[in-house]
Parts: sequence; C-alpha cells; structure tokens
Amino acid sequence: MAHLEDPRGRSAKRLMDTRLKDRPHLFLFHSEKWFAMGIVIAGLMAWEGGVRLGKISSLFFPAPSVILLTSIQLIMNGKLTTHLGITLWRVFLGFFLGGISGLILGLAMGWSRSLRMIVDPLIAAAHPVPKIAILPLIMILFGIGESSKIVVIAVATFFPMLINTVAGVRQIHPIHFEVAQNYGAGLNKILTRVIVPGSLPFVLTGARLALNMALLLAIAVELVSAQEGLGAMIWLAWQTLRTEELYVSLFVTAGLGVVFNFFLQRITLHLVPWQTEQRI
Amino acid sequence: MSLFMELSCQHIHKAFQTQNGTIIALEDVTFRTKEKEFLCIVGPSGCGKTTLLKLIAGLLKPNSGEMIFHGEVSDHRSRTALVFQEHGLFPWMTVLDNVAFGLEIRGIRKKERHELAQTFVQKVGLSSFSHNYPHELSVGMRQRVGIARAFIADAPILLMDEPFGSIDAQTKRFLQEELLRLWKDHQKLILYVTHDIEEAVILADRILVMTGHPGRIREQISIPFSRPRDLYTRKSADLTEIKWHIWKILEDEVQKGLWIPD
Repeated sequence: MAHLEDPRGRSAKRLMDTRLKDRPHLFLFHSEKWFAMGIVIAGLMAWEGGVRLGKISSLFFPAPSVILLTSIQLIMNGKLTTHLGITLWRVFLGFFLGGISGLILGLAMGWSRSLRMIVDPLIAAAHPVPKIAILPLIMILFGIGESSKIVVIAVATFFPMLINTVAGVRQIHPIHFEVAQNYGAGLNKILTRVIVPGSLPFVLTGARLALNMALLLAIAVELVSAQEGLGAMIWLAWQTLRTEELYVSLFVTAGLGVVFNFFLQRITLHLVPWQTEQRI
Repeated sequence: MSLFMELSCQHIHKAFQTQNGTIIALEDVTFRTKEKEFLCIVGPSGCGKTTLLKLIAGLLKPNSGEMIFHGEVSDHRSRTALVFQEHGLFPWMTVLDNVAFGLEIRGIRKKERHELAQTFVQKVGLSSFSHNYPHELSVGMRQRVGIARAFIADAPILLMDEPFGSIDAQTKRFLQEELLRLWKDHQKLILYVTHDIEEAVILADRILVMTGHPGRIREQISIPFSRPRDLYTRKSADLTEIKWHIWKILEDEVQKGLWIPD
C-alpha cells in the first residue's frame, strides 16, 4: 500500500524535535531568569554591605554571610537536619494519607453522579474552614502527640486533591467513554485506560496544591504545638532572639516549597507527555 | 476473520427528554443493509444521524423498534466499531496504543497487539508516527489513526460519524480513497454518516437520505457507479444528477433554515 506523506509535509522527526524543544530545560535558564538571579544577588550584596557599614541592624537583619555560616554550623551539629527531617516526615506522611484518600474518593465521585450529589454539600461546607483552626478539635480526638499533627496535615491535603480529581474525571470528553464502551471495555479497563490517564493532569495539579498545603500546615502546626521541626525551630529562634537561626529556618522552609514544586513539575512532564502545551 | 453481518432496523423510535420537553430524534426508521455494503446516511444537522449510529453501536437504547443483526461474531469481538469526527482518539495514548486499543480489550498480549497494530499503522501510511501522541498529528493523520483502530478491531460493522467532516478538501480525497481501499481489502459493512452529498455519492453503494424534526428516512438511493471509482466518477454527469436529486429532497429543510453546514 502506498505510503502517503502528510500533505503538510511534516515528518515524524521534526515533530519529535519540536516536542523536545518545547520542554523547559533543567539547567539552561532563559536570559530573563539570569536577570532575576542578578536582582537577588545584588540585593544580598547590598544587605551584606549595609550590615558591614553599620547602616542595618545586625541583630534584626544579620548579614547573609553570618546566616550562611550559621546554617553550615547547624548542619554540622545535626540540629538543622533533625528539624528538617521531622518536618519532611510529617509533610510526606500527611500528604500521603490525605492525598490517597482524596484521590480515591475523587475518582469515585467523578464517576458516580449520586455519590457526588451526596458528598458535594459536605465538601462545600468543610472545605473553606481554615484547617489549622481544627487542630484543638483534632487534639481532643487524637491526643496531643504526633498523630494529631499528621491528621491535620492529612485533612488539609485531602481537599485540594479531592476537588482536582473530581474536576479531572468530569472534564474527560464523553466520547472517550463511548469509544471504550464500544470496543467492549469493562469497568476495570475504563478505570485504568480512560479515567486515570484522562484525569491525571488535573490530579497532578491537585498533588502540587496538596503538597504546598501540607508544608504550610506542617509549619503552622509546629509553630503552635511542637518541640521539633522547622516551625518549632522558627518559633524557638524568635523567642530566644537568635535571629540568624530564624533566617536559616525561614530560608530552608522557603527552599522546601521551591524544591517540592520543582519536582512535581518534573514528574508532571514525565507522566503527562501528551500535554506538551502545558508549560509550567 | 470476522463473519459478515447484516443489519436490519425496524421501526426505530428514539426520543430525548430535555428541559423544553420531548424531542423526537428518530421516527419510524426502517432499513435493511446488504452484507459488505457501503451505506451512506446524509441529512441536515440535527436529523438524528449520529443518534442512529449510537443506537446501532449499543451506546443508546431505542424507545421502540428493533435492530436485528444477522450473523455471528467470533470470540469476544464487538459487532461494531465506531469512528468519530474528532476527539475519538485517546490523547494519552501513542498512535500505536490507540490503534491497538480494541486488541488490548480483547486481552491480546502487548507484543502481539503492537505487531499487528504496526501493520495497520503502516497501511494508513503513518509508520513513522507510531510513537507520537495524537496532538502531534494533523487532523487528517488523526483520522487515519481512528480508521486503523476501527479496522484492526475486526468488527463486521463499521460505524463512521462524519469522519472527514473537519478535513480540507484535498486531504479528504486521499482519505476517501484510502478508506475505499481498506473497505475492499477487509470486506466490512460500513455505515457512513455525512452531510457532504458529493462524498456520499462517491463512497456509497446506497444512500439513505434523512430529514430532520423528527428524523426519518425520506428516500433510499442506489448508486450505479462501478468500482473502483476515480476522478472520472467525480466528473460524470450522473453524479451531478444524483447530487441534484438529493438536494431537491432536502430543499424544504434548506428553506426552513435548518441546513447548517458545520
């Protein structure tokens, strides 16, 4: 049979090339990004200079070099890594528990209209409540130990995951279900070949929001009720007026958020190769 | 090899409930196919052509009337395979996985189904694109993938819902010829919905002309041209005459302003 070229004359090779080109690169920044980094570096230098010249209070705004030295010190004596490890553990455990339950209920609600009708009002009522506000209630139920902290984080991650998953299933074009049905797909195949991949872009967005939420709640919970973790470290540093430690823990917390987002973006690009137009 | 299948629709009625009351989509639709026939269904938008295909595909149930399939299908294959105008491909599957979907559902192992799918991808001239995703293809290429997927499923009846509706005229001609070639090689019964009258005349053994509100079959027209059909068929005076005839049937609808080519 004749091999017909596409009338637009595009070859597979060229399509592949554009696909690769469209992806953001890992280390090659655009010139705009260099500019942004330049601003940050200039700011840090001005700060350092200001402190050294005595124009800026070194008690409230310790010089960046001091902050850097303190962070090395805190890493060497294991203090920072311990606090960081505990916070990470809480974030991931809470994210995992809340995310998985949000995902499962979300898939079910996206699929079943009646389940949606029943659960939607409950979600609408519970979702806007600031999750840190329910910490005392959770403590009554789960005690003042570790589990109540994890539960609050899990509850907070549950909602963005659920809401995005439901939206993800609902936006799948009905034709995809009809095609699957027409070829005789059972519920199992419809789930694995239509519902899960079809909702995946939304689910991953939900995961990103949920992970940010988990970090937010972990820090908040540690600020109010923990002896360990980055939040506790921030609070302790503030109370003892060790401002350089305060800045170290703040920067580490901020860095965590950046790292989380970066990795979820990478994972998204890897898992959703059919959506190259989704530039993040 | 699938067995041949014939279909007869008897007094099919289908109505939809909407907020503004009941809409009768199909009224007393009766026709019978011959085996391996290429049957085109033409009619204005909203005359229930798509509904008819979905009923035959089993995606909808008629309110009354019967669809009788003559013939048996071997193993677990479905009787029908659908090709849609757009959005028919799964965007999250590569060309190869899309084509192999019917085989996957039948539980054929990955290696085997990919081998078979590759030969069908080749048949529609896309072998260098088997690992691309649909969004990387042109509309015409996507439609070829959809057609390959339907043929590989080896269902005896192919249901095509305006598959070339959004494709430019030149590409459309290529695709029509490719489709006719596949149809000849694989000997299936094809029900092909279109609102392009010339397309219907070029492709079909027989045309069902439908009118809308409610949708019913106004006339059945046999097309006398021999096969294979070529450029000369497109030029012939007979074709113009048949086209004109169908236009006359649909003229009322045109005047009612219901003829909305999309």
